[in-house]
Amino acid sequence: MIKMILRRLALGAITVCIVSGIIFAGVEILPGDACTAFLERNAQGVALANCRSELGLDRSATERYLEWAGNALVGDLGISAGSSRSIAEMVGDRLNNSLLLALGALILGVPTAIFLGCLTGLRRDRPIDLVFSTSAIFAMTIPEFVSATIMILIFSIWLGWVPGIVLTPAQAPSIEFFPEVILPMVVLALVMTAHILRLVRSSVIEVMAGDYVQMATLKGVPYWQIVFRHALPNALLPAINVVALTIAWLLGGVVVIEVVFNYPGLGRMMIDAISDRDLPIVQAIALIVATVYVGVNLFADVLSLILNPRLRTMYARKS
Amino acid sequence: MDGKQLFEIRDLSIGFTGNAGQTLPVLRNVDFTVSGGETVGIVGESGSGKSTLALAAMGYLKHGLRVLGGSAKFKGRNTFEMTTRELEDIRGGEMAMIPQNSGQSLTPTMRVGKQLREALRLHTDLPESSYQDRMVELLTQVRLPEPENILKRFPHELSGGQQQRVAISMALAGEAEALLLDEPTTGLDVTTQAHILELLRDLASETGTAMVYVSHDLGAIARVSDRVVVMYAGEVVLEGNARNVLLSPTHPYARGLLSSIPSLKDSRLPAALEGRPPAPGAAGNGCSFVDRCAIAQPECMSVRPDLIQTPEGESVRCPFYAKVPDLAATEQTVEMARADGSATDAIRLDRLSIDYAKKSFLDQLLRRNNGSVPTVEEITLRIEKGETVGLVGESGSGKSTILKSIAGLLEPSSGKIQLGEQEPLAELVDKRPMTHRRQIQLIFQNPDESLNPRHTVEEIIAQPLRLYFNCSAEELRKRSIDLLERVRLSSHYLTRLPSQLSGGEKQRVAIARAFAAEPELILCDEVTSALDVSVQAAVLNLLNQLKRERGTTYIFVSHDLAVVRCLSDRVAVLYQGRLCELGESASVYSLPSHPYTEVLLGAVLEPDPEAVPEILADDVVELSPPERGCPFQRRCPRKVGSICDTETPPWQVGAGSHAIRCHIPLEELYQCQNGGKSADR
Repeated sequence: MIKMILRRLALGAITVCIVSGIIFAGVEILPGDACTAFLERNAQGVALANCRSELGLDRSATERYLEWAGNALVGDLGISAGSSRSIAEMVGDRLNNSLLLALGALILGVPTAIFLGCLTGLRRDRPIDLVFSTSAIFAMTIPEFVSATIMILIFSIWLGWVPGIVLTPAQAPSIEFFPEVILPMVVLALVMTAHILRLVRSSVIEVMAGDYVQMATLKGVPYWQIVFRHALPNALLPAINVVALTIAWLLGGVVVIEVVFNYPGLGRMMIDAISDRDLPIVQAIALIVATVYVGVNLFADVLSLILNPRLRTMYARKS
Repeated sequence: MDGKQLFEIRDLSIGFTGNAGQTLPVLRNVDFTVSGGETVGIVGESGSGKSTLALAAMGYLKHGLRVLGGSAKFKGRNTFEMTTRELEDIRGGEMAMIPQNSGQSLTPTMRVGKQLREALRLHTDLPESSYQDRMVELLTQVRLPEPENILKRFPHELSGGQQQRVAISMALAGEAEALLLDEPTTGLDVTTQAHILELLRDLASETGTAMVYVSHDLGAIARVSDRVVVMYAGEVVLEGNARNVLLSPTHPYARGLLSSIPSLKDSRLPAALEGRPPAPGAAGNGCSFVDRCAIAQPECMSVRPDLIQTPEGESVRCPFYAKVPDLAATEQTVEMARADGSATDAIRLDRLSIDYAKKSFLDQLLRRNNGSVPTVEEITLRIEKGETVGLVGESGSGKSTILKSIAGLLEPSSGKIQLGEQEPLAELVDKRPMTHRRQIQLIFQNPDESLNPRHTVEEIIAQPLRLYFNCSAEELRKRSIDLLERVRLSSHYLTRLPSQLSGGEKQRVAIARAFAAEPELILCDEVTSALDVSVQAAVLNLLNQLKRERGTTYIFVSHDLAVVRCLSDRVAVLYQGRLCELGESASVYSLPSHPYTEVLLGAVLEPDPEAVPEILADDVVELSPPERGCPFQRRCPRKVGSICDTETPPWQVGAGSHAIRCHIPLEELYQCQNGGKSADR
């Protein structure tokens, strides 16, 4: 078991290494570099050469990759080409903000999704199921920026309950983002809830129609005990991996929401960096998101391993 | 038997709403009673409503079903009128269910102990502190070794037989007055089945518990029941004491069902019961069996017969029951087609070994053997053209593994497979030339999974024709129709999808597909195991006819010894991937036998209430074969001594090249086996 977790960990580390190589290569292939971007029209002759030797860009790609990767390992993500500030510091603030948003959406969304998923699954085809299942499809299919705009219209413009746009600067402590962060949180939670709800619902339906639930009924186990002791522990196992994927998505893939609400998160920073050709920042963010992806999935795999006796004993026997 | 009535089901009809909004009955006017201490068998084929009836007795309906009329009483109270609370009290308490597939009926995330504890908590007044002792007691009662250890395990860590025993112990926990058993031994190996049935018989006589035993297997029913109810298309068609029903059935369906069962005592093919039961709602006004009945009269089409009391005390739903015994004389049983002995080889397996355990990367790198024992070891077998060789053995004996390897789906670790006089076959199918692929065809166990549900029958059959013969469109159609006719299906089946066919029809299409390639060798992997007995007989007859017409060579794999006997020229008995016995089927099924064959044959149940199985060895499932000596050493009832543990037994060849791999000399085997009751086998 421990051996198996260690093996997965090693595999995850290798994945991150490969991904870092790909990110680096990808950025390398792009025409131009930090110096051409920085010097703009003056990017020629001696000025360009000086700039490159100053930033170490005249060395071989392998050499630069090793240095970049080595520094990244100890938390040094380099210097921003645009503002000459430490990337680690700049990204750090944004990461904090993204974490705040993600965490809020998770705390709001996951329990709601699981609760509603179970409820709709258990009350299949009844009115309550129809209402929530249909709403979930709406929440999934309406583009996020549309639902975000509608929410802004309703809750901040008409009702005036919460601000519709974030004005707090990126470096501010998390607490100062309230109440501005609430609306983006809710919009994200809504989309996320819909996905997880659908999955949990179908999983619950499948398990409740299964042989062991019938057996428990014929054993005289009261309904709610069947649900909590026999059905849910099995029905919720597949939800773990979906939740993990959602977490990764929340950290890196919510650019649209961040733009709509003017929220200073990682996604928006990435977009800004791309348009500014600030390649070191692009590299750094891509690496962080990839690491989170791998890390969260690893965690989910290990968790389902611990909670699923079938998998657990299989590995226990192997090692 | 204390005679007090436990279950009393009167005029019960249960049905569901069809797609067009019509009501389709699955049970029609069923009367059924069980008294205390009695054991009643409910027998019928799939779709006959037998499980629905058993579940209805517990007040339980599957999703979508509803009561159309009648009542189901337990100890005088109508279960369909009870509150949920009342039902929870009696279910698992006064009456308990033992399910078909315990592997799926035990909750996978709960340890055995926790599930047993739950039953005790819900249905007994025992103090919490005594649960552990009681659970150990229960598991001991169902003869599970090391009960403390079993309690700590998860269901998937137990073998099929152990799971079934756990389910039985759970049913016993509430000290029920009535046990309902829904196909409790289906899917288990013969020896395990025999053990479980003996256990249930003993429990019934020790505790005086009434049992309702639902099964399609008349052998199992015969072993445990006092009284038998035969169901057909949702109706009770025959009811009476087990002896009468099984030995001299008075309903034409029961009669047909019984004669479609292959018997160990008879090498002939069973008589098929043609046709299929009506779908729910399609039974018309007359007798539901009229389409398949040999003694049907004009009025059977229009008047639904009532249950009639016969002088022998049976109830039968046929006014012409007196004619049924005469059917025996007209019944036809087909003689098996024999190989003509042309003596050219169809296929040769030469020291074929297969190892499932993948070598680890390190072991591969260092080219070292990681000390594993191969799953299948050194199988050498020569099969003549036109011959059928049966492979028998329990689950895990490697019979399907060998087939897969011949088909090129599994790479052998060593050994050769040679088709006819040609070069040895390439190990994997994608390395084999087209002609080799064409010459070997495989028919699978479950046609539901082996036929593409989105392809019509025509597309399914045309595929091998197109692949191997490059036919024109016109010829394709002609040959497809021809093939369908050969498997006794008419050409209007061409446009059907598999979901529109019955199980037997699907398997016929699968057979037609195999024959489309005009193969030299057909591998049959448990081809009748997923089918009802009456359909099984029809498929066996079809395979036999095709063999006669075309001289096809079959390798026929089955766990059912009687099925193998009626189709095979020679039989090979496998235990844990090692051959134990090989010979003409007549010799293998008579004496002397390899001790393992003896164990298997002894455990087979015949549909005869007087037949008593001989349980010679326990049913413990071994994980891997022993490294040295005889593979059967751990379970052998005739083990001689340490020689069995250390030395691989030699092949001893007796009369008619009947070979047995055992340390005991053949004469001695014959003598000690002939001493028992098994002499007339």
